[in-house]
Amino acid sequence: MYPSAVQDAYRAELASIRDKGIFKEERYIHSPQAADIRVEFPSGAELKQVINLCSNNYLGLSSHPEVVAAAHRALDERGYGMSSVRFICGTQDLHRELERKLTEFLGTEDTILFPSCMDANAGVFEAVLNDQDVMIADRLVHASIVDGMRLCKAMQDTYKHTDMKHLEQKLQEHQDKRGRLIITDGVFSMDGDVAPLDQICALADKYNAMVFIDDSHATGFMGRTGRGVHEHCGVFGRIDIITTTLGKALGGASGGCVSGRKEIVELCRQRARPYLFSNAVPPPIAGAALKVLEILNKTTERRDKLEANTKFWRQALPEAGFVIKEGDSPIVPIMLFNAKLSQDISRDLYQEGIYVIGFFFPVVAAGQARIRTQMSAGHDIPMLKRAVEALKKVGGKYGILGLDKKGIIEKYGQ
Amino acid sequence: MKDVILEYIKNEYLDEEEAEDMKLDENTPLISSGIVDSFSMVSLKRFLERKYSVSLPDDEATPQAFDTVSNIIVLVNKHRKGA
Repeated sequence: MYPSAVQDAYRAELASIRDKGIFKEERYIHSPQAADIRVEFPSGAELKQVINLCSNNYLGLSSHPEVVAAAHRALDERGYGMSSVRFICGTQDLHRELERKLTEFLGTEDTILFPSCMDANAGVFEAVLNDQDVMIADRLVHASIVDGMRLCKAMQDTYKHTDMKHLEQKLQEHQDKRGRLIITDGVFSMDGDVAPLDQICALADKYNAMVFIDDSHATGFMGRTGRGVHEHCGVFGRIDIITTTLGKALGGASGGCVSGRKEIVELCRQRARPYLFSNAVPPPIAGAALKVLEILNKTTERRDKLEANTKFWRQALPEAGFVIKEGDSPIVPIMLFNAKLSQDISRDLYQEGIYVIGFFFPVVAAGQARIRTQMSAGHDIPMLKRAVEALKKVGGKYGILGLDKKGIIEKYGQ
Repeated sequence: MKDVILEYIKNEYLDEEEAEDMKLDENTPLISSGIVDSFSMVSLKRFLERKYSVSLPDDEATPQAFDTVSNIIVLVNKHRKGA
């Protein structure tokens, strides 16, 4: 039974999403994931070859031949699926091997795999904290962390984005709790800025708190050998809980993990519900992820190329007359402040062969609309130069080149 | 009460630059404008409960009830009277 009143309400909700201009549509990619892809958009339209500036394929490993071959090998040797959760009969040697290699790579004590990092974040807080504890999160942490915190009985608090004075105040306020957990993203996914982990760890030591980071937008490339933001900030080995993903730089398929203090990982293995009640990543993904780590342990070539591309891009965009968010990461937002402008420009860029997406409230703060661009080791400088030319052409059409924040807002509103 | 709550909101939710630029009064939308989101609203709720010795039930501490300082004052007073 599908009551018509319910159906009508759903239709009205969908219509309202469309009216607000925030209806999400998928674009179909007819090629492997890469820096240069063939896209069908809108549905049924002729395929278009575009430069991809919006994937999390930071190291260009999503379709790397050695990674694909490793997935094939694991498929042949260990099969397709597990048909069981981990603790019944769903754990292969490959899964434990991958956990060991991730532990080494991240510089922690132990690791537990989850079906995704979203699941890791959904499960970890509830598994290790109770109502005697407090979670103190940066206000711009990823939505999956917010969801995970909501599932946990510990007290919730937040601090202003990367504001260490405010964090310190909160730590002082919560000295009566059994445990304090500071929660932050390593690299913030919308702004591309980096959490000041050195200062966060110093505060954690001073106020007897643990530190949690979600390093999904950093694992594999931030830091000199790509270990993540803890390496980048000089606090490798000092983070109590790291969650991260295999779905971005590390091959980009799916899967995530909680890595950190061994008791915390062990508690997750006993209690974390997404781990207990869903299957592990399938063998081809485990096998391919092991290959990715092997590649990254052998050479920093890919993260070095990503760093060079990022440096070029972060210099080229302001030179072309765009306002960007400063930072060190390959996430480079082009600030447009106005939601409609971000939609119009991303649509025009697609026609010019550049695939980017506009983001606006509520995904980012009101009045902070932007196009988020992301660098990859799969890009090369000539490709990026072509992208800059297209951006200049479209930016010129809208008359925003050389305008600062105030200028753009005066012209288009906020 | 109004000034105390406004002062708390300024310190808790705005950074220095915003606090200077923004005119905040008892009718300024807080949640619907994005100054306070539902994630960070918990500290405001806890502040009100401590400061005014009230207990605000979760089903009444809605984004609508917290959307302006005027609304917040109505909610707090309702529970103060009941106490």
